[in-house]
Amino acid sequence: MTHVTLEQLVKVYAGSTKPAVNDFSLDIPSGKLIAFLGPSGCGKTTTLKMIAGLIRPSAGKITFDGDDILPIPTEKRGAVMVFQNYLLFPYMSVGDNVGFGLKMRGVDKRIIAQKVHEMLDLVKLPDIAKRRPAQLSGGQQQRVALARALITEPRVLLLDEPLSNLDAHLRDEMRELILTIQRKLKITTIFVTHDQEEAVLLADQVALIFDGVLQQYAEPAEFYQRPTSERAARFFGGVNFLPAKRDQNTVGTAVGTFRFTAPCIEQAPSGDVTLTIRPEQIRLAEAPEENTVIGRVRERIYVGTYTRYKITLGEHEIEAIRSADLPGSINEGDEINVTLPSDRIWVVPNAR
Amino acid sequence: MTTTDMEKTAPDSRARMATLFRYAALILLLVGLVLPFAAFIINSFAFRWFYPQLIPNEWSMDAWNSVLDDDLFNALQNSIVIALTVTITSLIIGLPAARALGLYQFRGKRVVEFLILAPTIVPGIAVAMGLNINFLRWNLAGEVLGVALVHLVPVMPYVVLTLSGVFANYNPEFEEQARTLGAGFFSTFRHVTLPAIFPGLVVAGLFAFLVSWGQYILTFLIGQGRVITMPVLLFTTIPGGRNPNIAAMSLVFIAPAVLILILTSRYLSGESNTVGGFGQL
Repeated sequence: MTHVTLEQLVKVYAGSTKPAVNDFSLDIPSGKLIAFLGPSGCGKTTTLKMIAGLIRPSAGKITFDGDDILPIPTEKRGAVMVFQNYLLFPYMSVGDNVGFGLKMRGVDKRIIAQKVHEMLDLVKLPDIAKRRPAQLSGGQQQRVALARALITEPRVLLLDEPLSNLDAHLRDEMRELILTIQRKLKITTIFVTHDQEEAVLLADQVALIFDGVLQQYAEPAEFYQRPTSERAARFFGGVNFLPAKRDQNTVGTAVGTFRFTAPCIEQAPSGDVTLTIRPEQIRLAEAPEENTVIGRVRERIYVGTYTRYKITLGEHEIEAIRSADLPGSINEGDEINVTLPSDRIWVVPNAR
Repeated sequence: MTTTDMEKTAPDSRARMATLFRYAALILLLVGLVLPFAAFIINSFAFRWFYPQLIPNEWSMDAWNSVLDDDLFNALQNSIVIALTVTITSLIIGLPAARALGLYQFRGKRVVEFLILAPTIVPGIAVAMGLNINFLRWNLAGEVLGVALVHLVPVMPYVVLTLSGVFANYNPEFEEQARTLGAGFFSTFRHVTLPAIFPGLVVAGLFAFLVSWGQYILTFLIGQGRVITMPVLLFTTIPGGRNPNIAAMSLVFIAPAVLILILTSRYLSGESNTVGGFGQL
């Protein structure tokens, strides 16, 4: 249970003029599971390593429970990292690997043995303490690496792409395991991922990072409902973006003027903005009401439980999704009513 | 003969050729390495051994009795002290250098690599002449320490090259992992770095020991004839022309080297991937 804050962290690597991490501030409540999400090279692993003490920040501050931890060396911070490629020490048995952290703290051998046993039970790998890491599958190695980190009762657990080296079904299993253990032990946990689905499934809060800059820090649902930028919306599967002019609670587009009721966003002031709406929130072929325009169905893609439509609105095109069990059929070439519900329309600043 | 016959016989004859070459190599090795040894051993126990006798008809321990004296033990002791000092020192100096060269890219890396290799290109005698002047000034000439220091010159390229090869295949993230788990600098080195590089360290140490063990000119110049090591003693014995004595002394000279080679052979074999199968015979 450790409350972590990052305050205006900056990292500029030697020989580079562009910061890898820039003015990064974040408040991570105690016992939460946080995702650092972003495309590769966005600075998320750099930030993780700064928290671990493996990379020294160029500027800024990191605190654990209010104490500045930058002067504390890595080995005394209690921020344990699990690397993407597990890094089990190859010339030690699985048991010695798991017990490594306690051995470094000079814990009695019998206590280590007992703790190792408990930890291997916790990650559901009993009876493998005597084996060598090379004899384990990738999924097993990942669990051993997790057990090796947890045995030290870290103040902060740092997971670097914990699921990316696993195949699909192992990934589900591992995700469950991480979630269960994190809920049980309530260790403040930060994991890094480039996969928005993974972030949404696991994290209490997601920090979206682009080019070393924090874009948005919120609960997963917020990224679908209230993205703060077009790029954030696109990263979470947003596809509909219409250039628009905002005037109070209406936005005028080439297709028509729409009213919106969602709370005002500071990032999208009056003037040139971008209107966005998720495909599943657009209503098709219903009686005209507020915010209804006419569109022509250009393409219809049947996906089983739902159907995806590409609809031409003037010179723009939008995508809409409609559940398969709604009545009525919509065919390619049809002119239909397209309704953008006023409480679903969202406005983001213009992408530069 | 049809083409299918050709295809069938070709690999057969190739395999036969390979076997033949393997035997030829083995015989050459035996002739080149073991026969001179046999000649030394026989010679050292011979009373008289003249052409056309295949083996001597009179045997004696005279050579061994006259060779195994205080001078020899003194030289042996000097050689061992110097070679061990050189081995340990070169590993301590070479390890950080090799790590930097093997793991990191930095400005001027090529220059550093060239400077480390330079002693293999520049004749040792030129270096020793230059150093001699300074060593005289610093009272290192004619001292065991001075000789050990000058041996570092030809030894360092071997050590750094061997170890930088080890570090080229080394993942430093293991150290980061150990540190986040609570291991300090020395614990990390002892429990993580050392086991990973140990085979390479043994091979580099072996090179260091053997290169130092065989130095004559540098020892002679810097030692001023006052530091008598095994090669120096051997060179002064050879002009005496007493073959049994030379043979016995040569065996004493070779023995530690062979012993160390045997003790470390498992690190030289193909199974340890430090030297890429180097030494697998």
